[in-house]
Amino acid sequence: MSGDRIASLRNPWFTASAGITAAIAIVAAIAGFAWLPLQQQGERFRGVWDAICSAAGLVWTAPSGAQIVRADYPTTRVEVVPEMLQGASAESIGRGATLALRCTMCHGARGLSQADSPNLAGQSPVTIYKQLNDFKTGARTSAVMAPLAADLSEADMRDLAAYYAYLPRLSDHPPNTEVRPRIVANGAPMRGIAPCGACHGVESKAGAGWLGGQPAVYLRTQLEAFASGVRRNDIGEQMRNVARRMTPEEIDAASRFYADRP
Amino acid sequence: MWNSKRLVLAHLWFAFAGFGAALLLGEWQMLVRSPLHAWISNPEWYYRSVTAHGTTMAYVFPTLVAMGFGYFVTEQALQRPMAGLRWAWIGFVLVVVGTVAAIVPVALGRASVLYTFYPPLIGHPFYYIGVVLVVVGSWVWVALMSVNLYRWKRDNPGAPVPFVMFATVAGSYLWGWTAVGAALELLFQIIPVALGLRDTIDAGLARVFFSWTLHAIVYFWLMPTYIAYYTIVPRAIGGRLFSDSMGRIAFILFLIVSMPIGIHHAFEDPQVGAGFKYLHSVFTAFVALPTLLTVFTICASVEIAGRLRGGKGVLGWLKALPWDNPVMLGAALSFVMLGFGGAGGLINMSYQLNATIHNTQFITGHFHLIFGGAIVIMYFVIAYDIWPHLTGRALDSFGLMRAQLWTWFAGMIVLSFPWHWVGILGMPRRMAFYDYTDPAIAAQAASVTMSVIGGVILVLSGVLFFIVLARGQTAQRTEPAAYRFSVAVHPPRSLPAALNGFGLWLGLLVGLTIVNYGFPIAHLLATAGMAVPAINVGVR
Repeated sequence: MSGDRIASLRNPWFTASAGITAAIAIVAAIAGFAWLPLQQQGERFRGVWDAICSAAGLVWTAPSGAQIVRADYPTTRVEVVPEMLQGASAESIGRGATLALRCTMCHGARGLSQADSPNLAGQSPVTIYKQLNDFKTGARTSAVMAPLAADLSEADMRDLAAYYAYLPRLSDHPPNTEVRPRIVANGAPMRGIAPCGACHGVESKAGAGWLGGQPAVYLRTQLEAFASGVRRNDIGEQMRNVARRMTPEEIDAASRFYADRP
Repeated sequence: MWNSKRLVLAHLWFAFAGFGAALLLGEWQMLVRSPLHAWISNPEWYYRSVTAHGTTMAYVFPTLVAMGFGYFVTEQALQRPMAGLRWAWIGFVLVVVGTVAAIVPVALGRASVLYTFYPPLIGHPFYYIGVVLVVVGSWVWVALMSVNLYRWKRDNPGAPVPFVMFATVAGSYLWGWTAVGAALELLFQIIPVALGLRDTIDAGLARVFFSWTLHAIVYFWLMPTYIAYYTIVPRAIGGRLFSDSMGRIAFILFLIVSMPIGIHHAFEDPQVGAGFKYLHSVFTAFVALPTLLTVFTICASVEIAGRLRGGKGVLGWLKALPWDNPVMLGAALSFVMLGFGGAGGLINMSYQLNATIHNTQFITGHFHLIFGGAIVIMYFVIAYDIWPHLTGRALDSFGLMRAQLWTWFAGMIVLSFPWHWVGILGMPRRMAFYDYTDPAIAAQAASVTMSVIGGVILVLSGVLFFIVLARGQTAQRTEPAAYRFSVAVHPPRSLPAALNGFGLWLGLLVGLTIVNYGFPIAHLLATAGMAVPAINVGVR
């Protein structure tokens, strides 16, 4: 009855329980790591060891010289992470204000457009930075913006982002009393469309721009550009997937709704 | 001798209070995502409620029931005052403080991450610290169970440990080891991010750690229920336990095979190799073994009671059973739900079949039927059975008790059967909103409505439960006879060391954990570049 004899080969409880457990584990391991993987159609293992490594979850690296599929158009190079570009210095905002003199023709003296160009005042710095970067690299195309962005340095883009984020948003706008359209409030779950506010809401997801008060014609044009694939600088295709599945009426309703709210 | 009455009562009252509040939240959730209610327009409220419901029902309620019942068993089975009463109160206070610390940020909308955490979602650090305090408080209980068993064995060398104590300590060891997975995830991965010390997290590794806890935690919830099957039911209906050794073997098997199998919760996760998923699937299948042993032993024990009461023939003993006894009724209803829930579980644990219902409402229906149904109904039975011994007052509203158990059973069936069904139709879980006007899911509206009605019945049953306890609290004082657990047909005079202690089985448990979890964890730890940016959630 004493405990010290438990882990002994003469204790039948020990040998039986450990033996049965080990036998189950070994048989299951042989089946799961070697036999079953080798039965899979379409797997091209270079032997049993290869199959075992695959079943163990080791990442299978492509052999050198293998063709890597790349997009045949420029993709964005900006990796957006939370807390990016937070806490700009006063110097950065000041430099941005000087640089922004070049932007006033379309985007207004204090980032509020009279010309159906996007309002940049109070926009999130990540959005400004990413779009400038994408215009510069060609990931987003625009006959007007591309030449203007071409000469901007990394610091210039950060400063411009800091300046526009610092400016106050449109505030003398009439409050929106209209009921939120279904597509904005609920999205369309059966078509895989999340509510717009899930990313563009008060708690904006990193990289998602502030839509309130943007010109309706600009928002509609961009949704149509995403839907047709003309605009494709959304790295995970999230906006292209959403816009493709939206009806023209929904695009119109969403654009008007955001244009009408501060 | 009997010095832990107030301790046990404190555990059970706090557990049931949390249960009552979380029950109402659950029904509200069923209602607002059903066709009976207009869309609440803010998914955050829904997830806030789900987090509070899950945290209370999964971490607080069953943990406190297991702890309170464990303390009760310790004194009643060992027939001597429990050692470490002060420590037990400290453990209780830790659980209470942890619960409050966790629920306050949830209520404020600062930690709507659901009770399973789902990193890279990160909520308020107090939420996670609260959960850790609950776990630490329960580890005090694990240690006390062990200490009391050790001292009793030291004072009674060679004597067989009372079966109920053996089973209770098996449950405590199971919890002690299985909670380690979530504790590692919280302490080394989530809390540093929540405190702002790091801003990325390896979500895949975190999910593997959580799977370590996630499956066996259900068996920890199940332990008081199984202990009640073995040690309360045969005594309450005037029978005997069919086999003491079989019971011990069942609890030993639970201890070994219910934990290193959790990766079957991650069948669709890309970060774990298919070989380990298969290995875990195989060991999951072996969990059926102790359950089938239990079904056999308990049916045999009940048959003994039926025959002692004059039942004859192949099925005649069933009629002779005391069906008006709430313990008999509760156990039978629990078995029915365990059967259906177990059948659903076989689908979840099969690699291929799981693919058809993974992350659908089938899963939610399944764990409500098993936990909310088969397990919780026996928590009620345990409360009814031990309450007079805790309060010194009669608990004799037998009609109300039967009504309560029947409504809980009926409500849980009406709730969970349609829930399984819509899952088979493909309805995803963890969603706040369903557009039933869409033709694609319009047909599910009727089933979801049925579930809401099942929930209403459960709320009514919950109300009945509190009425029974409240009446017991105000009833005449009485001196109940000494509490007894079931006696086996052949009570053990001596036992092999293996059936009287845990050294061998804990060794096997740890060994099997290393075999089944060692490589996936080591591999993920050693692979660079797996961390992703944390996503802070919460109302700002």
